[in-house]
Amino acid sequence: MGGLSKPPKPPALGAPRQSRGAPRRPASFNGYRRGDFTPEDTARAHLERIERLDARVAAYLTVTADHARRAARASAERYRSGRPLGPLDGVPVALKDVLCTAGVTSTCGSRILERFVPPYDATVVARLHAAGAVMLGKANMDEFAMGSSTEHSAFKPTRNPWDLARVPGGSSGGSAAAVGGRLATVALGTDTGGSIRQPAAFCGVVGVKPTYGRVSRYGLIAFASSLDQVGPLSRDVTDAAATLSVIAGTDPLDATSVDTAVGDYVAALGDDVTGLTIGVPGEYFAAGIDPEVERAVRDAIAVLEGLGVKAERVSLPATEYGIAVYYIIAPAEASSNLARYDGVKYGLRVPGKDLIEMSSQTRAAGFGAEVKRRVMLGTYSLSAGYHDAYYGRAQKVRTLVKRDFDSVFGRVDLIVAPTTPNVAFRHGEKADPLAMYLNDVFTVPASLAGLPALSVPCGFTRAGLPIGLQLIGRAFDESTLFRLAYAYEQATDWHTRRPELP
Amino acid sequence: MISRQDVEHVARLARLALTDAEKERMEAELSSILEYIDKLRALDVEGVEPTSHAVPLVNVMRDDEVRPCLPAGAMLANAPDRAGDSVRVPRIIED
Repeated sequence: MGGLSKPPKPPALGAPRQSRGAPRRPASFNGYRRGDFTPEDTARAHLERIERLDARVAAYLTVTADHARRAARASAERYRSGRPLGPLDGVPVALKDVLCTAGVTSTCGSRILERFVPPYDATVVARLHAAGAVMLGKANMDEFAMGSSTEHSAFKPTRNPWDLARVPGGSSGGSAAAVGGRLATVALGTDTGGSIRQPAAFCGVVGVKPTYGRVSRYGLIAFASSLDQVGPLSRDVTDAAATLSVIAGTDPLDATSVDTAVGDYVAALGDDVTGLTIGVPGEYFAAGIDPEVERAVRDAIAVLEGLGVKAERVSLPATEYGIAVYYIIAPAEASSNLARYDGVKYGLRVPGKDLIEMSSQTRAAGFGAEVKRRVMLGTYSLSAGYHDAYYGRAQKVRTLVKRDFDSVFGRVDLIVAPTTPNVAFRHGEKADPLAMYLNDVFTVPASLAGLPALSVPCGFTRAGLPIGLQLIGRAFDESTLFRLAYAYEQATDWHTRRPELP
Repeated sequence: MISRQDVEHVARLARLALTDAEKERMEAELSSILEYIDKLRALDVEGVEPTSHAVPLVNVMRDDEVRPCLPAGAMLANAPDRAGDSVRVPRIIED
């Protein structure tokens, strides 16, 4: 593209292109229909891998093996009688433990909910069950989804399947490691400031944060309500598109879910991308980015240009304020949402002589260090005398971040950038909270603006660690995101590589 | 920037019993985070409308009618302490 970089050589083409016009379906669905293998085979194989490998990866907090076998048997029966429920029937899924699952412990990665057994399913969970998906278990996460490494899980740190000494990212680190390590075909995660996209990039998988309002948050244990969204992680774009088609759509139980048409995201895959315009924001290639990440992303842009996409340099000047805005708004909302953990109705209770002492001791014992830090930060920024200087100002700068995107999307269809400035870091490497926060610099802006964004594998470092390409789209235009990501995936073979798990 | 007194005041508001070691760490960490956040002061936001959420929704109304809900027993199953169909808490009314 004009003057942005020397055009690099596109990577070798590996995976065969799917013939145009053929209906695209998840690989598992095609295999089940042809009778190559059954949902019971797939479930058994995954449970066996979990049994063998998860002691080292630690992707799961709970494995629901009995449920999985029963659900797989029912699914196999549907295929035998020629009546599968749809493309997700029989697909083995991992669910981030922030999602309520009826009768199955949902800890949110926290001691305070260690023994919490929800009486109902989250809407996204109910929709997956109704579509025939096979739940394998609940995935590990940073406590209350606060973190970028899954080291803040109260139970155990998850390991990156590409290098067990490194983090899988977070907060949906268990979901990403499960998919990357082939311990699940698809997973659900949640993204508040990058918690699906960043771990997807670190683990070499596809991760999608839908538009805010696209997916119901009912039964999603709240962190920051104006930002939280549920989305899929998967090995390829087709599975992600099929999963979003199932979980998206308005829900009477979530008043912020928007009543707007949900596309058949799978059907749109394979449509021509010629003539699409992508914006490449200079601010996402600033100092501090790993040169290997920059190289891979610029190569990916060259591949897209080779597919007939027009690349244009754009500017999103408020990018550098994203983290500061986010770390006011998200903790402020969290401090309010987490007020419910007071030892009264559910969760941990530490006895006290009165209600205040009981709540204060319960929260002291039940919350980990990062959750306490954010509750303190949020409470401070909302407290008398500081509200306008912090929370009020952050909301105004959030408007500036949103305006940046609005003005660019007048000219381009999509924004293309790195998902993260660096690849997966080592366990314990980011002990300073602020250093951990800065890792979200490229994912936070789309969250603040409520826009859909996904990460798709776009290469590896010399050390063999995955790199993610981020696509950011117009509100409610997930179709175009999937279309371009699919075209890129078909032109490259990154998604076919697998980690050599011991 | 954040004093020990601030930390104790905010911890009280947040209903968090912190140890002395936690207070000390919180003082340093919150100060460093807020120092970073202070970069927002450099921006001119005069006349900019605040954004509280990114969706084009205002009020979502539904008919005010009784609908099925979960039985009390299911909702109380997670209560740490209960008496019949109520959760039990320490006495909150003084004699």
